[in-house]
Amino acid sequence: MAKLPPYTSTGEYIWHYVYRGICGLIFLFLILPIIVVLPLSFNVEPYFSFTKGMLNFNPEAYSLRWYEDILRNGMSAPDEPFGWAWLADTWNNGQWIRAIRNSFFIGICATLLSTALGTLAAIGLSRSEMPYRRLVMSILISPMIVPLIITAAGMFYFYSQVHLSQTYLGVIMAHAVLGTPFVIITVTATLVGFDKSLVRASQSLGAGALITFRKVQMPLIIPGVISGGLFAFITSFDEVVAVLFLASPEQRTIPRQMWSGIREQISPTILAVATLLVLLSIILLTVLELLRRRSERLRGITSS
Amino acid sequence: MADSQTAPLEPITAADGTPLKKKLAQALFRSRVRAVSLVVPLFAFVMASFVIPIIALMWQGVYNDRFSSHMPNLTEQLTMWDGLTEPNEKMFEALVADLKTARADRTIGRAATRVNQESPGTRSLFTSTARKAKKLKPPFKESVIKANKKWGNIEVWQAMKITSQDLTPGFYATALDGRYTVDQGFVRQDENRQIYVKLFWRTMLISATVMGLCLLLGYPVAYLLATLPLRTSNLLMIMVLLPFWTSLLVRTTAWIAILQSQGVINDLMVFVGITADDARFSLIYNMTGTIIAMTHILLPFMILPLYSVMKTIPPSYMRAARSLGATPTMAFIKVYMPQTIPGIGAGGLLVFILAIGYYITPALVGGQDGQLISNMIAYHMQKSLNWSLAAALGGILLAGVLVLYWAYDKVIGIDNMKLG
Repeated sequence: MAKLPPYTSTGEYIWHYVYRGICGLIFLFLILPIIVVLPLSFNVEPYFSFTKGMLNFNPEAYSLRWYEDILRNGMSAPDEPFGWAWLADTWNNGQWIRAIRNSFFIGICATLLSTALGTLAAIGLSRSEMPYRRLVMSILISPMIVPLIITAAGMFYFYSQVHLSQTYLGVIMAHAVLGTPFVIITVTATLVGFDKSLVRASQSLGAGALITFRKVQMPLIIPGVISGGLFAFITSFDEVVAVLFLASPEQRTIPRQMWSGIREQISPTILAVATLLVLLSIILLTVLELLRRRSERLRGITSS
Repeated sequence: MADSQTAPLEPITAADGTPLKKKLAQALFRSRVRAVSLVVPLFAFVMASFVIPIIALMWQGVYNDRFSSHMPNLTEQLTMWDGLTEPNEKMFEALVADLKTARADRTIGRAATRVNQESPGTRSLFTSTARKAKKLKPPFKESVIKANKKWGNIEVWQAMKITSQDLTPGFYATALDGRYTVDQGFVRQDENRQIYVKLFWRTMLISATVMGLCLLLGYPVAYLLATLPLRTSNLLMIMVLLPFWTSLLVRTTAWIAILQSQGVINDLMVFVGITADDARFSLIYNMTGTIIAMTHILLPFMILPLYSVMKTIPPSYMRAARSLGATPTMAFIKVYMPQTIPGIGAGGLLVFILAIGYYITPALVGGQDGQLISNMIAYHMQKSLNWSLAAALGGILLAGVLVLYWAYDKVIGIDNMKLG
């Protein structure tokens, strides 16, 4: 497509550029929300829309006040001079800071749990000896398919009977279950290209099962495990339905805080948080891409 | 010669003397146990924290013992009653006895709420009579009806008979805009009270629209990505993957900022002069908002499977078709498109499955007419606290999704699901 062949007719020539224009518009549709959020988060006014000053690139129409608000919101003494006491105040009382802390704590715990269990299961599932492979696999993938509202309602009903609702453990378990399908899918995909004779070679050279796993199998599947873990983390980090049903105000996460922000007191602080989240997803995406390249290099596939 | 004669009699043995066949069976068994033991921890975890909670909730959709556990005597009498004859003195006696204990235990509200679900407007009847229950004297039939003449209506008693049965199809009947009655079995709900079937249809309609839009927008993009040189397409791929990785709430918030009446699109329209300042389009808090936001959120789920299928189609096929005399349109429709059908199927089913159970986006940008069935389930779980009805609605939704999931597994196979 880079260069049109010489037999191209005029009609095709026009279509070629019209088609590219259409694709450009669709790409704009995909990326538009992210582009719009960035400048609006620097708005000086407490609105969700562009002001005249912003459109004229007047520096006074831009500010960092909503980013400050992330730190200040909920503090007991936000106007104190900046110092250790101020930092301690925002760490302990800041609403958004608490949500960020919760999100990371719950996300990391859920990721560790689902990555550990998911990787083991994926290794088991990729063995041909596994009985009822297809059935077991479809049950383990189902948390991704079952509508979240049903999952959340079921957990809310069941967990409150076993005293798990409104606890960190309950939310972590819910998020871990929702993350495991991603781990299974990515790790299974890495194992498809795994050369089984490597395991046999290692065993014939006298290595035990554990050493073979650690020294031969693990280094090869680790990119899949990490990207599965990242998927699990972002699933937990982005999840709000289960949190709505299972968490008490003490376990509020970032999405939960945004949810009540959108429903109750709409303020550009949400946009500032959104911008930070976009940055986070860019970082995660970069890591994932690097991992993919490393995995391809390890397996001897070169991308042209 | 002697060797070849004895060989069939003696089975081939392994180094330690056991027959090779047995040894092989043992080895296979061991490796099977090893594979299973790797899967068991996750399987147990998913069962305990996911499958069993959902089954427990679904059970609520057909089983509800609120009434019978709080009104035991009356339940016993109601079971014996045929539901058509005039209620007798024994039933009234049991009613008064149960109302007294329920009032003392402060559980009267629960039983009353349960009957109220079956026959709206009866809650106050229970609570008010329970307050007077202590003073009521035999014969109970007269004194109870004197306390509130609604007790003379046979409908109230029929509703109680229905609710006194623990195992009931009543909630599924309600979820399908019907009613389960003592005398006529299932009947349709009055015209102005039929909401759920309409809501199911609307959910299907919105999901199908979103799926169609995703296909319409996703197909050209996937084709472009698959035909461009890898270096360029990898760069463009970022535009697909970045929204995919961005938080759902961030994207929903952004759509509010773009579509609201003072938002980017409307400002632009006014600026260009398409619409007047006082006649801005309402693009959000209605069905349009739900469809736009959901299409945006689910579009990557369509593009990625399409892309991975298109990537495997050799470009020489199209060239061959052209050299054999096909016009570009003909070559595309007859040669290229049929090969992308697996991708269309995978992406379409995935988008439909995800769309049909959507909750967050409709709740935030849907307004009144952009609500889906999930929002109704959430309403009954959190606001009206009619969990059994929520379970029945969820049961129907879940059944639909599982059928689609089964179809997905049959057609595409869940092992072939790819991410990113």
